[in-house]
Amino acid sequence: MRKMSYAGAIVEALRTSLSEDPTFNLVGSYVLGLGPKRVLMDSIRTEFSDRLYDPPTSEAAIVSIGAGAAMAGARPFVDIGTASFSYVGWSPLVNEAAVARYMSGGSLRVPVVYHMLHGLRGGGAGQHSGSPQAMLWNAPGLEIVLPSSPYDVKGLMRSAIKSDNPTIFINHARLMDIEGDVPAEDYTVPFGRADIKRAGRDVTLVATSFVVHAALSAAERLATDGIEAEVVDPRTLVPLDHKTILDSVRRTGRLVVIDEAPLSCGVASELSAIVAEEGFEYLRSPVVRVTRPDIPVPFSKPLEDAITPTADKVITAVRRVMDPRAKSAATRLT
Amino acid sequence: MKVSPLDRKTNLSIFDRMLMMRYFEEAVLRLYQERRFASHFHLYIGQEATGAAVLEALGDKDLICTTHRNHGHLIGRGSDPGQTMAEILGRSTGLNRGRGGTLHASDPSRGFLSTSAIVGGCAGLATGAAFGIKTKRESNVAVGFFGDGSLEEGLVIESFNIAALWKLPVIYVCENNSAGAMGPQQGGYPTAITATDSFTRLPAAYGIHSAKVDGTDIAAVYATATEAVQRCRAGQGPAFIEAFTVRWPGSSPLWPEPATVTDLNEAWEPARIKGPHAAWLRDHDPLLRTARDIVAHGYASQDEVMAHDKDARARVETGATFAIESPMPLSETVHEHVFA
Repeated sequence: MRKMSYAGAIVEALRTSLSEDPTFNLVGSYVLGLGPKRVLMDSIRTEFSDRLYDPPTSEAAIVSIGAGAAMAGARPFVDIGTASFSYVGWSPLVNEAAVARYMSGGSLRVPVVYHMLHGLRGGGAGQHSGSPQAMLWNAPGLEIVLPSSPYDVKGLMRSAIKSDNPTIFINHARLMDIEGDVPAEDYTVPFGRADIKRAGRDVTLVATSFVVHAALSAAERLATDGIEAEVVDPRTLVPLDHKTILDSVRRTGRLVVIDEAPLSCGVASELSAIVAEEGFEYLRSPVVRVTRPDIPVPFSKPLEDAITPTADKVITAVRRVMDPRAKSAATRLT
Repeated sequence: MKVSPLDRKTNLSIFDRMLMMRYFEEAVLRLYQERRFASHFHLYIGQEATGAAVLEALGDKDLICTTHRNHGHLIGRGSDPGQTMAEILGRSTGLNRGRGGTLHASDPSRGFLSTSAIVGGCAGLATGAAFGIKTKRESNVAVGFFGDGSLEEGLVIESFNIAALWKLPVIYVCENNSAGAMGPQQGGYPTAITATDSFTRLPAAYGIHSAKVDGTDIAAVYATATEAVQRCRAGQGPAFIEAFTVRWPGSSPLWPEPATVTDLNEAWEPARIKGPHAAWLRDHDPLLRTARDIVAHGYASQDEVMAHDKDARARVETGATFAIESPMPLSETVHEHVFA
């Protein structure tokens, strides 16, 4: 199959959507971030110049305008840029877009996509490294998408643009250069269907977005020690595929959850709680979370490295769930 | 701007909208006093001329977003009084099946997209609706109604900038009802807290066509709104209207109270006006003013006006009865309508 970068797959999904639907427009065009891959957007800028609106630096307004345009029957794609900036647009996101359909009693549709780049990017520090997926998960009414591969991002983006609901599409700046198989033809990846990125019998690693790759790398290294880890990527938090996660835990009996959102009330917390409630009898050892700790993101590299969910931390977590009594070796995992 | 007198049909059409707004709000207040709903709420009494004349200037396909003082705009747009009242009472037959309530009622089937009870929220949504219109290459317009306090919100100013940059067909209607308001110092509603000496300077700074108008003068509001609509439809970009009204005395405390009760005979028999709020009724009540003008200019007789009055009261009462008799939503339906 054709190899393509993650960024290239995004551009392909946008181009298909722009060609297909004249009511689909882009508000903001730094979807690929400001890294070297940003030039891949140039073709869209030229080809669809009348469909691309570069707004002022007004996050609250563009979030609100996206919601209003969607209510009026358009299908806007609003690029917020760095996910930390979404906090500026929080009220229209959670007070308008998320609740509009429910408050209307089902008589309104709000088909808008909000795109943002989350996570630890290297030196982003306290205001450019945000991972708001858990906070947004606490705003019912939003679909939340967290792709991790070029194949998934193209298909999930096509689904997000076709969706009749407000959809938060969260990419990670560090995913942009990743290469993978991407079919040339148009396809969708449905929401609410987790993907088993690697099969394994001994332990389930549930991870989202960029840390899926930390989980995969940990799994390869664990395999050399005879531990076969299964890596499950939910791909969308809302809707969430409970079944694939629970089925995996039933097979392996052990669970490590990895995410970049901070520990408390984070994505890993919710996934752990779901397994505790719905799959307690499958667990042979306590669940372990590998996340950012509950501190702001530091700037300096060794400090940032210290809070990053890495393959090393995943391996430590796996050793702990494989032998819960070895807890004395407690390394900080968050 | 030159204000032409309105013809009989337009006068009466605006007046009918105003009557429905007024009696609907008086019914809301009565039902609240009867403890038929529990939430706090806001009434449109005293501002009817503004909303009714702006809505008269719109077409069926135009889109509307409003703020928490929304009942008048819904009723003036033609939303069913029964369904609207049912929503306020949280009934399953409400416009929004009891999910929105007084503060969030909407009627998308009539282009009434949203009530945002987040101050200034509707300005962003109306700007977005106009962006949707533009990207779909349609010729309708979007209107955002909000109060003077909204101009304290950054979102509104950001919206002005984008609407002007992208020449969006949006009309911002700022209903400035701060005049005569008590303000928090006297235990009343908050009023505008601003360093600007004129609200129209804010949109004007972005080149937005802006006008001030007496919000109790239906001919002036209608003319101003019509000009704004024509500009938008012609692709000339956004407009801003600041309509002034004097705050209804019943809004003074944090929960509305029945400070005045409408009697249209007071329009032509001012001696009947009595009580502590006589000055407001005599000088600032837009409904009495409009009734008086309609009769004085010969558009309709007193008897005709009173016949319209009776019809409006009856329609509102039918709606109120429908709402009261409607069932509450079933609790097991609480999960419905989160996603499309």
